[in-house]
Amino acid sequence: MIDRDQVAHVAGLAKLQFTDQELTAFTKQMEDIMAMADQLNEVDVGDTTPLYQVTDLKNVFREDKPVLWQTRDQLLENVPEKQNGLIKVPSILDNGEGEA
Amino acid sequence: MSTDYLKTDITSLHDDLVNKKTTAAQLAADTLAAIDSKDKKTNAFITVAPEVAEKQAAAADEKGIGAADTLAGIPIALKDNIITNGVKTTAASKILNNFIPVYDATVATRLQQAGAVLVGKTNLDEFAMGSSTENSHYGNTHNAWALDRVPGGSSGGSAAAVAAGEVVAALGSDTGGSIRQPAAFNGIFGIKPTYGRVSRWGLIAFGSSLDQIGVLTRRVKDSAIVLQQIAGHDDNDDTSLPDPVPDYLAALDGNIKGMRIAIPEEYLGEGVAQGVRDVIEKAVDTLKKLGATVDTVSLPHTKYAVPTYYLIASSEASSNLQRFDGIRYGYRAEDVKNLEDVYVRSRSEGFGDEVKRRIMLGTFSLSAGFYDAYFNKAAKVRHLIQDDFTNVFADYDLIVGPTTPTPAFKIGEKVDDPVTMYMNDILTIPANLAGIPAASVPAGLVDGLPVGLQLMAKPLGEATIFKTADAFERTTEFYKQVPTAMKGDN
Amino acid sequence: MNFETTIGLEVHVELKTKTKMFSPSPVSYGAKPNTNVNVIDFGFPGVLPRVNHNAYRLGIMVALALHAQVTRDTHFDRKNYFYPDNPKAYQITQQEKPLATNGWIEINVHGKKKKIGIHEMHVEEDAGKNTHGDSGYSYVDLNRQGTPLIEIVSEPDIASPEEAYAYLEQLRQIIQFTGASDVKMEEGSMRVDTNISIHPAGTDKFGVKAELKNLNSFAHVRDGLAFEAKRQAEVLMAGGKVRQETRRFDEPTGTTILMRVKEGSDDYRYFPEPDIPPFHIAQSWIDEIASEIPEMPSKRRERYINDFGIPEYDAGVLTATKEMSDFFDETVKDGADAKLAANWLMGNVNAYLNDQQVDLPDTKLTPANLATMIKLIVDGTISSKIAKKVFQETITNGSEPKAWVEQKGLVQQSDPAVLTPIITKVLDDNSQSIEDFKNGKDRAVGFLVGQIMKQTHGQANPQVVNKILMTELKKR
Ligand SMILES: [Mg+2]
Ligand SMILES: [Zn+2]
Repeated sequence: MIDRDQVAHVAGLAKLQFTDQELTAFTKQMEDIMAMADQLNEVDVGDTTPLYQVTDLKNVFREDKPVLWQTRDQLLENVPEKQNGLIKVPSILDNGEGEA
Repeated sequence: MSTDYLKTDITSLHDDLVNKKTTAAQLAADTLAAIDSKDKKTNAFITVAPEVAEKQAAAADEKGIGAADTLAGIPIALKDNIITNGVKTTAASKILNNFIPVYDATVATRLQQAGAVLVGKTNLDEFAMGSSTENSHYGNTHNAWALDRVPGGSSGGSAAAVAAGEVVAALGSDTGGSIRQPAAFNGIFGIKPTYGRVSRWGLIAFGSSLDQIGVLTRRVKDSAIVLQQIAGHDDNDDTSLPDPVPDYLAALDGNIKGMRIAIPEEYLGEGVAQGVRDVIEKAVDTLKKLGATVDTVSLPHTKYAVPTYYLIASSEASSNLQRFDGIRYGYRAEDVKNLEDVYVRSRSEGFGDEVKRRIMLGTFSLSAGFYDAYFNKAAKVRHLIQDDFTNVFADYDLIVGPTTPTPAFKIGEKVDDPVTMYMNDILTIPANLAGIPAASVPAGLVDGLPVGLQLMAKPLGEATIFKTADAFERTTEFYKQVPTAMKGDN
Repeated sequence: MNFETTIGLEVHVELKTKTKMFSPSPVSYGAKPNTNVNVIDFGFPGVLPRVNHNAYRLGIMVALALHAQVTRDTHFDRKNYFYPDNPKAYQITQQEKPLATNGWIEINVHGKKKKIGIHEMHVEEDAGKNTHGDSGYSYVDLNRQGTPLIEIVSEPDIASPEEAYAYLEQLRQIIQFTGASDVKMEEGSMRVDTNISIHPAGTDKFGVKAELKNLNSFAHVRDGLAFEAKRQAEVLMAGGKVRQETRRFDEPTGTTILMRVKEGSDDYRYFPEPDIPPFHIAQSWIDEIASEIPEMPSKRRERYINDFGIPEYDAGVLTATKEMSDFFDETVKDGADAKLAANWLMGNVNAYLNDQQVDLPDTKLTPANLATMIKLIVDGTISSKIAKKVFQETITNGSEPKAWVEQKGLVQQSDPAVLTPIITKVLDDNSQSIEDFKNGKDRAVGFLVGQIMKQTHGQANPQVVNKILMTELKKR
């Protein structure tokens, strides 16, 4: 069963925040939803493989041929804050770049 | 107003255009006028695009409309989770309140190439998450048959717009029934094609392995005409199927003699309202009279479809919706102190409750320690559900049943009870999990509210669905009925 | 107490493709910010990834060159995390079934050979770039976003900073020879993350790992690891505990500095990428790629030693880069003597490259011209002194050596019919020298040759002059 702390932890992962009141309401709803999800415990799946995609497609590749679709101006049109062709964001304290 | 969409269809409009009885410009004007007057009742549109419509209509007239240009000059609406270059696309979310795309969805491109005219973007549940169009930042849409009832969802705007006669055809998207359920609730035809049949390029992703764009129209033939144009392989979607698109119109011969039809016992169980069961049994009799054979079969894992679906769709959605972070487009919270603030506050202020619920469910089911018990378990059960269908389709051409357990419910009735709301999709979800084509065709009324007959076929069996639905439509002539709430409106 | 060190290396290498891993945007280094981008790279709503065939091919090529087992049935996964340089807030990578597993490379530290295992390697997309400005803002350029990467994860077989250094050198060389990447640390096409732990010698339980980032050269890797091993030993000796933390190398002080302490593990919520169908890699494709891999440096060294009699050390120098080795092979193929070609490349050519701070392909020297020049030396057309001039000319201006020496009149005079009268005239004029020669004074010969050279403006072939002079002297 999912509890309030777990809900708060998951909210952190999802970058969402809730007021205390919202958290209480969400925890209740999440409990109900997870109770529904737990119905799957009844199913004996044996050695059934998981199905992530329904097409039988395999090996779909694109040719390595460059195309430029949009201009920088077009792509930056919707950016809330920008400067000199760059996207501007408040800096973060933990400089943990390079996750790739 | 000179065009009444409740009394016409694409073929007639096309004939009028070819014979110069009307023009694309005139049709566009009529459509905009219809939206202007009827949308006050339905709130089916988020954005009406008169400039685009007039420009595209003028272009179609300019180019000239020939007998082969079936869709040229025909006004069409798109669900507002389909990307349109230069036309605001919101997915009914506050987080995309100001978003003007710089590219076109493949379906939008293909409709444009056919000369169709974009008149506007229709309402939906935020990010297509919902079954009632109540989860929209832009207000409820109302059912064309009873304004105090939901139009279904999430393609509720598209369904209501077509049912109310605001437009002759609209595109929707269907992740767990989002085309078929609103089609059923509004007494129109809606088809969700085989997964991969229509390109998802430019469809704002919800559950990527389930999402499929489809068509909502009053007439089956209109649906076939539109799908013919938008279906087919697209290089921009790696999950798009390479198979050639058959001639759907050729299938509409009214002859379903010998059609082998299965009706799953699980689709007529307790949860299905008696009135709905009665309408469906009558519909099955009609199919028999038309020469089809009908047997009862079993899809034993049906009862697990809802939890399976909510885990998979929400997991995929939790990842798909992470890009809405207030950095490159869309809503950004004000007075942010740091980057974490940008993320957390933009998302918390920008997303509605149902979207947050699903993001939470999905994030949880993918998180460390829970993946195997939830996401991956669901993926295995999904395989069993697909196997159920494969087994039945070894012997049958078509599976039929009700589209929904009940007709349209009242606005506000279920919105605070997510699990009850989710159970409403039990009959439409399995087709998405299996990736098979499925449609809803109007079958009759219960207490003045439409009931849909669902038709499911094997992968790429759209022609079988069109053929049967068309034969059924010829018999019932349901399309001749004017939605109650729209009577006296013209 | 003695400690044993365990080092793991994670190396990211950019694959040399024309377009990105999942979008057709061009890949190029040093473009104007946010110009090599499209809606896919920007993570716009509604976009879908499209897999670059060549990137996957190059990934397999690197895997094969590293002796790894290519995974036949595989797929991409999503790795979810928020960061401004990560526009979708997930990276498309391979988690469950990496491109290849179980590779190895052989290193040589102080003459001792050792195999280092490669646990796995996977293809994935690179992130964009954040620049951290002052005044509390960062700036994001998404040009690099989506560049194809291969990530190579070593087994914890590396036992010292020197081995880590040798591993990286060897890895870079092998990949460079496949042509799959430029592997340039300075341009970021090769990037190294390390982790290091120590444990008391004789025990077999690994210690707590520290991660080390911000390493801009192999030397930094070596020095940072060395510092870190020492630091951890000091912590343990003082009775403390090593924490699981991320540190960065600080170049000015040569030390490592704490970035953050890790609490528990990150939760990336990996799951199979639904937008990309899975792969079944055909053995025939693997075979085809294997056949396209250029000859590896170890094979080339063997060949140079066995076929050309080149010393092992020289063979190593010639195979330092693929450009050098290819150039050598071409020069020999164009008819140059192998040993002379090797000497020229290791001597004058390398000196020139060092002096001008350029790479071989940046010069005007071609294998054909170098071969021609060497042949002119061997057949006596030019002297080695003239050869130096010819070399300078052909490497800076690209002149064809034979045509150039002819045009400049630098061809040696080797014709006895021309030289003999000149020599007899010099002898006639210098009877004293003939006398000195007969009295055993060898210096006299040098003087006579000098006179002959003066008469021929230095163009006489010294060997031919010597031969005729001796014959003529004996006649007197
Ligand atoms: Mg990785
Ligand atoms: Zn990586």
